[in-house]
Amino acid sequence: MTTDVQSNNSRVEQFLTFQLAGEAYGVEILKVQEIRGWETVRVIPNTPAFVKGVLNLRGSVVPIIDLRERFSLEHCEYSPKTVVIVLCVEHGASQFVMGIVADAVSDVLDINLEDIKKSPNFGSKIDTRYMRGMHVYKKKMIMLLDVDKLLNPDEVEGIESLV
Amino acid sequence: MSIDMSQFHQVFFEECFEGLEAMESGLLTLDMGDIDSEIINTIFRGAHSIKGGSGTFGFTVVAEYTHIMETLLDEMRDGRRQVTQPAVDVLLGSVDCLREMLTAIQNEQDVNNASVAKHKTALEVVLNGGAVAEESAPPVEQESISEEVVANIVPDMPEEEPVEAQEQGWKIAFCPYLDLLKTGNDPVRLFRELNELGDLTTVANIQDVPGFYEIDPEECNISWDLKVVGDISADEIREIFNWVEGDCEMEVQPLAKAAKPAPAVKEIDPEPAAITPTNPAPKPAEVKAKVTTETKKSDTQDSENEAAKTTAKASSIRVDTDKIDTLINMVGEVVITQSMLGLVGENFSMDKVGQLKRGLAQLERHTRDLQQSVMNIRMLPISFVFSRFPRLVHDISSKLDKKIVLKLVGENTEVDKAVVELINDPLVHLIRNSLDHGIEMPADRVAAGKPETGTIELRAYHRGGHIVIEIIDDGRGLNKDKLLAKAIEKGLIEENNLLTEKQIFELIFMPGFSTAEQLTDISGRGVGMDVVRRNIQSLGGNIEIISELGKGTTIAIHLPLTLAILDGQSVAVGDETYIVPLVSIIESINITERMLNKVAGKGETFRLRNEYLPVIRMRNIFNVHSGNPTKSKEGVLVVVEGQGEMCCLLVDELLGQQQVVIKSLEANYRRVEGVSGATILGDGSVALILDVPGLVRFSIR
Repeated sequence: MTTDVQSNNSRVEQFLTFQLAGEAYGVEILKVQEIRGWETVRVIPNTPAFVKGVLNLRGSVVPIIDLRERFSLEHCEYSPKTVVIVLCVEHGASQFVMGIVADAVSDVLDINLEDIKKSPNFGSKIDTRYMRGMHVYKKKMIMLLDVDKLLNPDEVEGIESLV
Repeated sequence: MSIDMSQFHQVFFEECFEGLEAMESGLLTLDMGDIDSEIINTIFRGAHSIKGGSGTFGFTVVAEYTHIMETLLDEMRDGRRQVTQPAVDVLLGSVDCLREMLTAIQNEQDVNNASVAKHKTALEVVLNGGAVAEESAPPVEQESISEEVVANIVPDMPEEEPVEAQEQGWKIAFCPYLDLLKTGNDPVRLFRELNELGDLTTVANIQDVPGFYEIDPEECNISWDLKVVGDISADEIREIFNWVEGDCEMEVQPLAKAAKPAPAVKEIDPEPAAITPTNPAPKPAEVKAKVTTETKKSDTQDSENEAAKTTAKASSIRVDTDKIDTLINMVGEVVITQSMLGLVGENFSMDKVGQLKRGLAQLERHTRDLQQSVMNIRMLPISFVFSRFPRLVHDISSKLDKKIVLKLVGENTEVDKAVVELINDPLVHLIRNSLDHGIEMPADRVAAGKPETGTIELRAYHRGGHIVIEIIDDGRGLNKDKLLAKAIEKGLIEENNLLTEKQIFELIFMPGFSTAEQLTDISGRGVGMDVVRRNIQSLGGNIEIISELGKGTTIAIHLPLTLAILDGQSVAVGDETYIVPLVSIIESINITERMLNKVAGKGETFRLRNEYLPVIRMRNIFNVHSGNPTKSKEGVLVVVEGQGEMCCLLVDELLGQQQVVIKSLEANYRRVEGVSGATILGDGSVALILDVPGLVRFSIR
């Protein structure tokens, strides 16, 4: 996962950054399987609103999660620029493929692990468990997400379904 | 030159376990009064191929052990030894012991020598009629003796790796008659000559050496397994043994015997060796076993095929060649059709439309055939699972002092391999339950006016698109009052709840529910039944109980035939498309809103031929908001059945029937209530497959 690029032993990871309601977020690029345009998905009944539905990804059924709704950001209509980032999530011993909806993909950044700042403590109101940390790039804050925690199928738990 | 033998290990272990199972089931079917020699033959073949295989792969511990079993079995086969229950029990124990050894070797662990020695001793005691004490003494010591002997005979013999099949050379089983030494022949001299031809390894079999006080120094009681490595012709070997030809039994096989059908040099004296009255047993058996090695080869093949039918957890499938041939034919047809279509498409003009349509129709038919035959390959007879239960029943019933017969019906019913693998544990659990709780003690049975021996019947058959597995016992049945009382005591239900008979029986599937007064090591901890049900549901099946107090219990498991493809009816609800498995649909009715009756202002029912069925509005329970809601005033009722209960699903429209490939939702997400999976439609979009039993359960609640 980490590569020793420089001789000074600093560890660098690549992150894919994307836009969500004007804010920049980043995910480890090694987790990204592919990026595709938004297309209509099949709704799964009785799941939380942020689970948009499932998509046929070359024969496997992949759930798509809207991060705007997941983070309770204002909703916006999907446009041709809307993208789905398909991620490979590890949970325990098993791997899951899930997609997240983002407004737009921006860049791939090499980030030195030492430059990742710990996410600030917002108190109990804001959950920072899914954050890997913050990074400042060109004076802009980028929130780095820990996709394994964010997209844990158990965390994607719905309302108590049918029962 | 040497090939990595470990690549064959997996196959070897599989074959061994198959062989063991064949032996086990053979031993269990042995009827003391009337011995069927064919069964003994089957058992013998099982032991023999394990011995052969383990020898080839260098698992000498296993080979040595099996050899003793084989000796005993051979005597039984020839009718020289009475088949007794104790002997059979010891053999069963040995089967277990072998299984342990093989598992240990497979997992690259150390073989439990203590347990092996114990079983070996037991075997030897049976073999010697319990008379010869010295010989059955610590087998470990024997081992060291045999090594010593080897060392003495060929002092400058180099250390050899365990047998490598691809080496050039010969394997010689040399079994001299008792009076070999009297004729002035010395085996050691023969071995020296052999050693000049190539690298020689000798293994002496000294299990035929009688006890110290009975030994006659002029008799040769030892037989040898020799291995010469090198480029040697069969004639050279024959020359060496020329002198002893009439005084021994021997068999010469090329080392790479798997590669070509050995042009074996066989010299067999038609008269079996003289049997000394004091030590009648082991010697001739040994001889006989060697003689039969060659002739039994083809039989062994058969027995392996037989054994293939009985394995439980095989990670590979053995497929009938016929099935493969059909498949290849079909692929050929598809290729022809495809090239035909290609031709049509190359210079396409409108007048070729008819041809195109015909071609497409053909392609469709071929694809369907192809799909069916591929599915067919995955189908295995349920006997793969059933075959292990006679042993289970045998062991547990003797532990519980109950008399129980197990009847197997419909073992040849074919089911999907995945089902075979996953159904085993639930079945074991259910059978244990029947044995422990279902069947009463013999005295109680007689008192209840039932035959002393209880019966458990394990039955499998096809019904519709399902396979049904039933476990029927004639035991005491489920006591409804007791179940209710227990459920109330445990707080699982309210005291005033009115439950149907079926619902009461269903209580036993609740977690933590056990009515057993006493915990045994067999069952009664109250874990399990819920797991059983969950396992079966995860296979897309369901389980139901029919029981009559004092008469017995029937547990029926319904499972889909295959887990990969199902025939489905697609239905529309708003903009969504769902697939209803065709097997669960009874009928579909066009209705108007007025035909539904409200019950207590909430639930809705539909009257179908004097039966009131609950109605589930798919739009409501799946929260579908798309589409035109007024349309639901006139919809289609799909009457479905699941777990023996019926209900109606109200959908907007029926779309069409099609075969769908089942994709798991859980693979990337999690289980969704009311949905058993997903599939991909012709236009590439995803459709959800409805879990009818789940919906029915929901509607009853």
